[in-house]
Amino acid sequence: MEIRSNEFKQRAVFAIHDASLQQALGKARGGFVGKRAQQAAELPEFEQLREEAKNTKNHILDNLDHYLERYEAAVTAAGGHVHWARDAEEARKIILDICKRVDAKTVTKGKSMVSEEIGLNEALIEHGMEVVETDLGEYIIQLAHEPPSHIIAPAVHKTKDQVSDLFEAAHGGPRKTEVPDLVNEARMVLRDKYFRADVGITGGNFLVAETGSSIIVTNEGNGDLTQTLAKVHIVTSGIERVVPTLDDATLFLRLLARSATGQETETYTTISTGPRRADDLDGPEEYHVVLVDNGRSKMLGGRFKDMLRCIRCGACMNHCPVYGAVGGHAYGWVYPGPMGSVLTPLIKGLDNAYDLPNACTLNGRCASVCPVKIPLPDLLRELRHMQHQQDITPVMQRRALKVWRYVATRPKLYHALEQVGARFLSAIARNGSIRRLPLASGWTDVRDLPAPAGRTFLELWQGKRGQK
Amino acid sequence: MTAAANAREAILNSVRSALRRGPLDDTRRAELDARRPRHTRPAQDEELVARFIRKFESRAGTTARVASRADVPAAVEAYRVEKGLPARAAVGAALKDLAFPGLEIHHEPAGISETMAVSQALAGIAEPGSLMMASGPASPITHNFVPDDHVVVLDAGAIVGHFEEAWEVLRARPEGMPRATNIISGPSRTADVEQTIQLGAHGPRRVHVIIVG
Ligand code: SF4
Repeated sequence: MEIRSNEFKQRAVFAIHDASLQQALGKARGGFVGKRAQQAAELPEFEQLREEAKNTKNHILDNLDHYLERYEAAVTAAGGHVHWARDAEEARKIILDICKRVDAKTVTKGKSMVSEEIGLNEALIEHGMEVVETDLGEYIIQLAHEPPSHIIAPAVHKTKDQVSDLFEAAHGGPRKTEVPDLVNEARMVLRDKYFRADVGITGGNFLVAETGSSIIVTNEGNGDLTQTLAKVHIVTSGIERVVPTLDDATLFLRLLARSATGQETETYTTISTGPRRADDLDGPEEYHVVLVDNGRSKMLGGRFKDMLRCIRCGACMNHCPVYGAVGGHAYGWVYPGPMGSVLTPLIKGLDNAYDLPNACTLNGRCASVCPVKIPLPDLLRELRHMQHQQDITPVMQRRALKVWRYVATRPKLYHALEQVGARFLSAIARNGSIRRLPLASGWTDVRDLPAPAGRTFLELWQGKRGQK
Repeated sequence: MTAAANAREAILNSVRSALRRGPLDDTRRAELDARRPRHTRPAQDEELVARFIRKFESRAGTTARVASRADVPAAVEAYRVEKGLPARAAVGAALKDLAFPGLEIHHEPAGISETMAVSQALAGIAEPGSLMMASGPASPITHNFVPDDHVVVLDAGAIVGHFEEAWEVLRARPEGMPRATNIISGPSRTADVEQTIQLGAHGPRRVHVIIVG
C-alpha cells in the first residue's frame, strides 16, 4: 500500500467533515473502552499480568535470535517450512512463488496486518489470482477498495447503510438492511470460496518455539476455514511474534482479548503445527511460515525497542482522542493510532510521516491501557526530537523554536514580553474569548481562544503575596 | 549461499548486531531451553464443571449433562429434534464405539452442505469455559467449523482449571502436538457491522456441549 501519511492534515480535515465516518466513529466510541475497562476490573490479576507481559516480551527480544532458531527447527520437525524475508519485496516474492508453484487461482485470506504491511493483495491480483478476504470487516473494505482503518476492526469506519450498498453491488439484490441478513449473505458467499481455495493465508498472533506452532485468535472462525480447506496454508508474521513456550503464549492470550475487544476470550484460539499428517482426513497439504523483518531488527537496537513488544490489540487507538476524531484512514498507511504513529515513521521513514508523531496530544491514555506497557507518548516525543535533529521539522517551526529558546533563557525579557502579550490578548478579546488572531489561524479558525486575564501569572502571584 | 539462506543469516545477524553481541554460547542456550515460566494464573475458587458451564453458556453456548457415555446418543438426538435438524451428521471416529440409531452418520470430513457434526473434545478449560479439540483421523477439523450445529462430547473428568494444565495434556500425548488444536469458546460471532454482535459468522451458529459424568 502506498504511503500517504504526509497528507495527514488534509485527510484529518476531510474526516472531520465526513458525516458517515463521524456517525460510524460515534457508534464505535465508548464500546471498546467500556468493555475493556469492565474486563480489566473483573480480573484482579490484570495489572500483574501487564507487568509480567512486559518483562516476558523484553526477555524474548533480548534473546530473539535464539528463539527464532528454535522456532524454525520445531516447524521443520513438524513438516512445515520457514521462510525469511528481509523486507516487503522479499516477502511478496516468497508468497508469490509458492502460489505460482501450486498454480493457485483462488487465494483466501484471514486477517493479517503483516500482509497489509507488505502489500500482498495487490501483488497476487497482479498475477491473475482471485484474492478473497474472509474476515467480515476485511471483506467489506475489500469490496470498498479501501485499506483497514483499525487493526482489529478494519471496517469500523463503515455504517450499516454503506455495507448494504456494497453487498448489493457485489452480490446482486435484494438489498439487505439488517445486520443478521448482511452477515448471513457474506457467510453464504464466502463458504463457496473456502472450499475452492488453493492457498489460504493467515497472520500469526504468536509463534511458539517450543512446538513450532502458529497461533491465531478470531471470533468468526474465518481463519480456521481459510487454513483448513485450502491445499496450502501460509502464515505471515513479524519476527517479533515468537514466544518461547505455550505457557508464555497464555500470558499474552489472557491480555489480548480483554484489551482488544473487551472479551474474556475470543471465540477461537487455534494452534497450528505443520501440514496434514499421513492419516489425517483433512487439513492443508503444505504449511509455510514467512517471517518478516521489514525494519524490526533495526528497531531492536535503539530507543524504539519497546515498540516491538506490541501484540496488536488496538487498545491504544480505541483510547486515543485523535484517532476517535479522525478515524484510521487519516494516518495514511497500514497502522493507525498511537502504535501506527510510532511504527509508520520507523518502517517507512521519518520524512514520509512527519505529521504522525506531531498529531499526538501526549495525554497518555494509550500508555495507560497498553497490555505490554509500551510508553507510546515517550516514543512519539522521541520521534519529534529525531525529526528536529534531522532537519525534517519545517523551517518556520525551527526558527520559532530558536526564538523561543532565546527568550525563555532570558527571564527579564521573557517577563516583559509576557506582560505585553497578556495585555494585548486581553485587549482584543470579546466576551472572554478571541475569535481571530494573526499567525494563529490554525487554532482560531476552528475554535475560540480563551482570553487571558490581562495580567501575567507572576504579576498575579506577586499581588497575592503583597496582600499577605 | 542461496538467496534464502542469505536472508536468514542477514536477519539473524541484524538482530545480533542490534543487541550488540554475537551468537549466544551453548551455556546460555541451554539455560534458555531449560526455562520453565510460571506466569500468574488467575485465581479460581469454583468447582471445575460448574465454572466451565457458567462460562461457556455466558457466550451463547449451550450444555447438557449425562451420567455415562452410553447416554450420549440420546442426548444428541434430543438436541437434533429440539433444533429441527435433518437426521444426519458427520461423527468423529473417536465416537465410533457409540451407535446413533435413527441418525445417518459418516466419519469423513464435513462437506459444504453438512448440517451437524458430533465430536469428542480432548479437554475442557474451566478458566475461560472453553473446549480443547485435537485434530486427527478420529476428529477431522472440518467438523469443528463447517456445519451449522456442532455437538461436542466432553468428559467431566477432562475439564482442567487453567490453560497451562491443558498444555500438559497436549505434552503428554505420545503422538505429540496435534496438527490443529482448537480452543473453542462458543458459537462463531462477529461485530464487524456497527459493533452489533451477530452469531454464526463463518463457523457454527450453535455449539452444544454434552458433559459426560
Ligand atoms: S501499542 Fe500496546 S495498546 Fe497499541 S496495539 Fe500494541 S499492544 Fe495494543
